[in-house]
Amino acid sequence: MSTPATPAPEAAPDLAVRAVTKQFAAHVAVDAVDFSVARGSFFSILGPSGCGKTTLLRMIAGFLQPDRGTIAIGGRDMANVAPNKRPVNMVFQHLALFPMMSVGENVAFGLARRGVARAERTRRVDAMLERVGLTGSAAKRVDQLSGGQRQRVAIARSMVLEPTLLLLDEPLGALDLKLREHMKVELKQLQSAFGTTFVYITHDQSEALVLSDHVGVMNRGRFEQLGTPQQLYYSPASAFVAGFVGANNRLAGTVQSVDGALVELTTGGGWRVRARPSTALATGAAAEAFIRPESMTLARAAAELAPGQSAHEGEVTDMLFDGANSTVLLKERSSRIELRIALPQTGAFADLRPGQRISFGFDPQRAICFPAVQH
Amino acid sequence: MTERAAGASGTRRLLLALLLAPALLWLGLLIILPHLDLAVLSFRARVAPQQYAPSLAQYRSFFGEPLYWHVFLRTALMSALATALTLLIAFPVAWIIAKLARGRASALLFVVCLIPFWVSETVRTLGWMILLRESGVLPAILVHLGITAQPVELLYHDATILVGLVYTSLLFMVVPLVGSLESLDNSLIEAAYDLGARGSAILRTIIIPHAAPGITAGCIVVFMLTLGNYLTPTLLGGKNSLWFTEQIYNQFITRFNWEQGAALGFLLLALSTAMVWLGLKLSGQRFGDVMRRV
Repeated sequence: MSTPATPAPEAAPDLAVRAVTKQFAAHVAVDAVDFSVARGSFFSILGPSGCGKTTLLRMIAGFLQPDRGTIAIGGRDMANVAPNKRPVNMVFQHLALFPMMSVGENVAFGLARRGVARAERTRRVDAMLERVGLTGSAAKRVDQLSGGQRQRVAIARSMVLEPTLLLLDEPLGALDLKLREHMKVELKQLQSAFGTTFVYITHDQSEALVLSDHVGVMNRGRFEQLGTPQQLYYSPASAFVAGFVGANNRLAGTVQSVDGALVELTTGGGWRVRARPSTALATGAAAEAFIRPESMTLARAAAELAPGQSAHEGEVTDMLFDGANSTVLLKERSSRIELRIALPQTGAFADLRPGQRISFGFDPQRAICFPAVQH
Repeated sequence: MTERAAGASGTRRLLLALLLAPALLWLGLLIILPHLDLAVLSFRARVAPQQYAPSLAQYRSFFGEPLYWHVFLRTALMSALATALTLLIAFPVAWIIAKLARGRASALLFVVCLIPFWVSETVRTLGWMILLRESGVLPAILVHLGITAQPVELLYHDATILVGLVYTSLLFMVVPLVGSLESLDNSLIEAAYDLGARGSAILRTIIIPHAAPGITAGCIVVFMLTLGNYLTPTLLGGKNSLWFTEQIYNQFITRFNWEQGAALGFLLLALSTAMVWLGLKLSGQRFGDVMRRV
């Protein structure tokens, strides 16, 4: 199922999770999950809420014990190692900064627990606050900081302990959109500056794609696919990944015919679509095809489409202007299936109006077809 | 227009006055007025039958008579000890109710703490007497188990008074503690644990600072209740109880010396006020924050 994505690192990986399973009563939260994270890389676990990613992260941090399987950090098995003894620190979802302490005391907390002398502690805290751009904030109260600054304090509080692994539990979730975009970039820069291995969990596919070297897409306790953001985007391994990562048009139907490297699918309304199958598909099988909005091109007339593209026709229902991500919503002529197609940056189709007829086409190689998922 | 507005605000003011009236009457007639009267009483001395003169004699006799201030100090120390013991016992109970027990179990535990208060204090204290007196249940068990040869008298010891006081005060400590522990975000504890803290460090650096207003509130309430308790020390301590409220009672009822009783009463009031002030200063809490927790 999963593509071999993580390149074999020379040294032992910073994190090796082997066949880890965790069950709560009858519910299997994490089901035989297997992956490793190379030293210094940014690894994301991406999945919808309730997919088991938080459980997995809490097992790595040590707050939960796996029922089966092993977790090794920095080459050392972590069975029966308490969270306060692991070379791992965590940035919590709501950051969990200590409100009863100043910023400096927050950052110094872990050092104080390790018995680092006061003068040395102050020196290291000041150096760390400088690295995250909070020079001179040590005496401030936590509630005097902005959301982005708190985020940086939470990272500084963990990084000052020089952990092998930094775990981040959707730390951007509580921020507003503008700040989230900003913090995404900042987080990436911090990670490359520190060179520490980050394991990041999120339900936001854009965060995972932008930040990560490798992403594990998780669904119902299992990894659907493990790969680079590009692999997930351009060659999804399952219908779930195709639907979850990035915007996609989903077409459900049955396989009409198999023709060499392509299959022909008939959708509900009798629309025939050619697509590249991800695995061997038999005629008559239920299948789902996915085509990205930017894989389709618009044309005033079918003749204007590039040769090799399958030509179709539709009726514009809405124009969705969103700067560089502007799209047009249209209904395919025969099946009335709604599709979202990216508008070219040239502004060529900016004059489209709802109700207009338009041609569109796509390269069948870029439409990927999966066996339908049984729900 | 303005007339109507003035009328509305007048009505509102009348309504407010009516709503506040019972509380104000209660405060004025039952608290302030008697205290003013007692204050006047405490500052006079009887010079001849039916003849009184302003004097500090009542207060002077308190400091001159060792029994008075010995009992005074003893009451203060025992109350402080009872408060500390109550805190030590109530803290784990509150922790279980607030953090470990879930849903129904938590509510059930709370009710278990509350049930003793469905019975009057007198009956509860008499219950302790049935258990602890020489011919009572506990001495019989001790004999039966061969721990003591003869039934021992477990009443009329200082320890017995403490047991009774702690038992009576427990709920008043548990309630504010549960409140302040429930508001503690579990992820703070996990974060501290994750950053390398052990249980004792988490307690000292995270839990106690967070629960400080609740702890202070509970301690103030328990200390004041204990200091002003009459029934429990008298019944469980007997003649040896030497509780200051008993001295006040004696002055008023047995010796009919209201002047002396009033002076002792005011000294007790001063003591509890001073101890509360000291407690707030030592714990660095503000009175307003603490009282919101009770």
